[in-house]
Amino acid sequence: MIAEFGHFALALALVISLAQATLPLIGAQRGDAVWVALARPFALGQFLCIAVAFAALTYAYLVSDFSVVNVARNSHSAKPLLYKISGVWGNHEGSMVLWVLMLSLFGLLVALAGNNLPPTLRARVLAIQAWIGAGFLAFILLTSNPFERIFPPPVDGNGLNPILQDPGLAFHPPFLYLGYVGFSIAFSFAVAALIEGRVDPAWARWVRPWTLAAWCALTVGIALGSYWAYYELGWGGWWFWDPVENASFMPWLAGTALLHSAAVAEKRDALKSWTILLAIIAFSLSLIGTFLVRSGVLTSVHAFATDPQRGLFILLLLVVAIGGSLTLYAIRAPRLKLGGLFHPVSREGGLVLNNLLLSTALATVFLGTLYPLFLDAIGAGKVSVGAPYFNTTFVPVMVPLVAAMAIGPMLAWKRGDLAGALGRLKFAFATAVAVTALCFALVARGPVLAPLGIGLATWVIAASLLEFAERIQLFTAPAAETWRRMRNLPRASYGMTIAHAGMGIAIIGMVAVSAWRVEVVQAMRPGDIVAAAGFTLRFEGMRELQGPNYRAEAGSFTVTRNGGLVTRLDAERRFFTDPAQLTTEAAIRSTLLGDLYVAIGDEAPGQMRTVRVWYNPLVVWIWLGAVIMALGGVVSLSDRRLRIGAPARRRAAVPAGAASAGA
Amino acid sequence: MTRWLAMFGLVLSLSGLGSALAVEPDEVLKDPRLEARARALSQDIRCLVCQNQSIDDSNASLARDLRVIVRERLVAGDSDERIMEFLVARYGDFVRLSPPMKPATYALWFGPAAILVAGAVAVGVFFSRRRRAPAAPEPLSADERRRLDALLDAQGDSRAKDGSA
Repeated sequence: MIAEFGHFALALALVISLAQATLPLIGAQRGDAVWVALARPFALGQFLCIAVAFAALTYAYLVSDFSVVNVARNSHSAKPLLYKISGVWGNHEGSMVLWVLMLSLFGLLVALAGNNLPPTLRARVLAIQAWIGAGFLAFILLTSNPFERIFPPPVDGNGLNPILQDPGLAFHPPFLYLGYVGFSIAFSFAVAALIEGRVDPAWARWVRPWTLAAWCALTVGIALGSYWAYYELGWGGWWFWDPVENASFMPWLAGTALLHSAAVAEKRDALKSWTILLAIIAFSLSLIGTFLVRSGVLTSVHAFATDPQRGLFILLLLVVAIGGSLTLYAIRAPRLKLGGLFHPVSREGGLVLNNLLLSTALATVFLGTLYPLFLDAIGAGKVSVGAPYFNTTFVPVMVPLVAAMAIGPMLAWKRGDLAGALGRLKFAFATAVAVTALCFALVARGPVLAPLGIGLATWVIAASLLEFAERIQLFTAPAAETWRRMRNLPRASYGMTIAHAGMGIAIIGMVAVSAWRVEVVQAMRPGDIVAAAGFTLRFEGMRELQGPNYRAEAGSFTVTRNGGLVTRLDAERRFFTDPAQLTTEAAIRSTLLGDLYVAIGDEAPGQMRTVRVWYNPLVVWIWLGAVIMALGGVVSLSDRRLRIGAPARRRAAVPAGAASAGA
Repeated sequence: MTRWLAMFGLVLSLSGLGSALAVEPDEVLKDPRLEARARALSQDIRCLVCQNQSIDDSNASLARDLRVIVRERLVAGDSDERIMEFLVARYGDFVRLSPPMKPATYALWFGPAAILVAGAVAVGVFFSRRRRAPAAPEPLSADERRRLDALLDAQGDSRAKDGSA
């Protein structure tokens, strides 16, 4: 009964979203205030219906109602509670319900927080949002019904893939979806602005917090996925240039570019047309990512062709959403008024360079991800595009981007002084050179480029801190003045410093682990000793363990260094029964300096085990850097200017033009 | 959503694959230089039955066979290029994780550079246009001047009957 209720709620949500997609739009066109005002209650109704449907599905999972096909296929009564809940979105149908739930939540937030939006703009934004919602609700109802029943119901469910039964992965999809779907707001704002034919700094100020929030969530989501892959897949890789990963990385690159160009649109009223295009691209890539993962086209073009229903539907949605918005852009964009002037060497110019390089990086990932599909589809043969391709094409684009990241914030708006900026950065440059030299001196082995990479990252971190110090006149003004400046510095400024430094920290981790990783593979009997990266590991033997829904064998190791005990590690192999599968739980000793990572293999005759030991230097810096980046975003989001739901009078007190006077 | 769908597919297509522990101790070559070359080469060779994994990362039996073949040929004294050619002759370009440079892949290899150049040109045009446009408006053409005069005349006429200069 509850499941049917959920199904009905979904259908109702579709009806509401269709009404929300049309009536306010017509009202805004005709200037009919009543129809315009309909957008908000509709947005609320749509969210409530979808929330009810989501709750109904979650309930079916919690009580293990195996008469619902979706639950029977993806859950099991013996599963721990957390994974019963995360199982809701651990499958195709449920994840689509989560997708529309997030979408309607964002719609609701616009409806609630958008008090200071002009009513027609708000109505149009909510209508566009509802079009997207209607498309996906129809997709769920027509091709992916999560509430389908089965009779007779099975005694127990198939269970969730044990690899996915992990806390990191339980929260990975919600964050990713928050990011994907968050870009829909930027998209709806862009399309609404095109319909209105007007883009002013106020528009950019509304778009920026949404984009920022989406970007933060996506950053965390990608980092969670990467961290999960690192500790769960058992060989310590953290990024694989897998098409599925790229599907989430492309919206991130576009979103990063969008954040930066929206800053120009807000502060200087320039690059408006480009910002709109980027908003469309960022969400289009989220849709393409959904298509790539959901249609099965990645496994093979032929898998897509044999069960084309879902894929075709999403493809159709893609064509309508992307094609429609781009057509509208082509018609309307030329009419947008040109904005503020600026010299190529200026803060704006730096942000243009940022956008140029990020777009190139995005094109690289896009080509590499879709080219094999494209060649296969036109029958031009099968090729593989893997990590070697991306390493040779993506990295060279990122190097100048990261190098310029240090300089851009040092330039003034409108017209900057490049020589002056570089002069002010001499201390950062000296630090980078010193760190590079130190790396060369300390680490004899590994690629020559690695210390240079560390130096580049140091350059960014040092420059970010230097820029901050300069702003608050650290050591150049009396302490009281510095303190006053610190308090008055906009949060957005803090956010930038933090996020840029976080990027530098992440790069240090990436370079270090790629260049200086140590790997030892050895067949060991209990009592044997293996040495790696200065550690000595003694294999103590195997023991049996019992988990909540698996049984495990653990290999125990005593780790010593220079004779002193460091730690004891247990590397497990877990045997799940529902479904029958084996997972490797590596033992990891994580420190800021590096991770000692131990995995154990199958038993060979004579109690012999294949033991793999890695030392991954500075690897946690990758995720630490990502978290710091997201934190920078959150700090920036708390800026008074951008705060969601800030009192309207405050906005009114700051006329649109005055915003450009800010930092 | 990202990684797990891949894992779903992977697990479905390769039952029994739980861990991705690759190179076994018995495969490792005695000569560390040859072994280092084997590892580097393995990272560029696709495990054909896996989803986007190199033979260095995969524990599928085919990946193991390929690793053993690579090492055999290295010991026999083949160059890296010869070994790759040998594998491509057997399995096609699909086995290379870095696609070969050929007409069908020009767009793949040169695309990023082309986009960068096109973008740079667009930015250049943007700046040069912006510099000219608002600073110095085009002087009026003869035709526009005549129309302007006519308009001014008409306005002048309506206010006072004497014609303007």
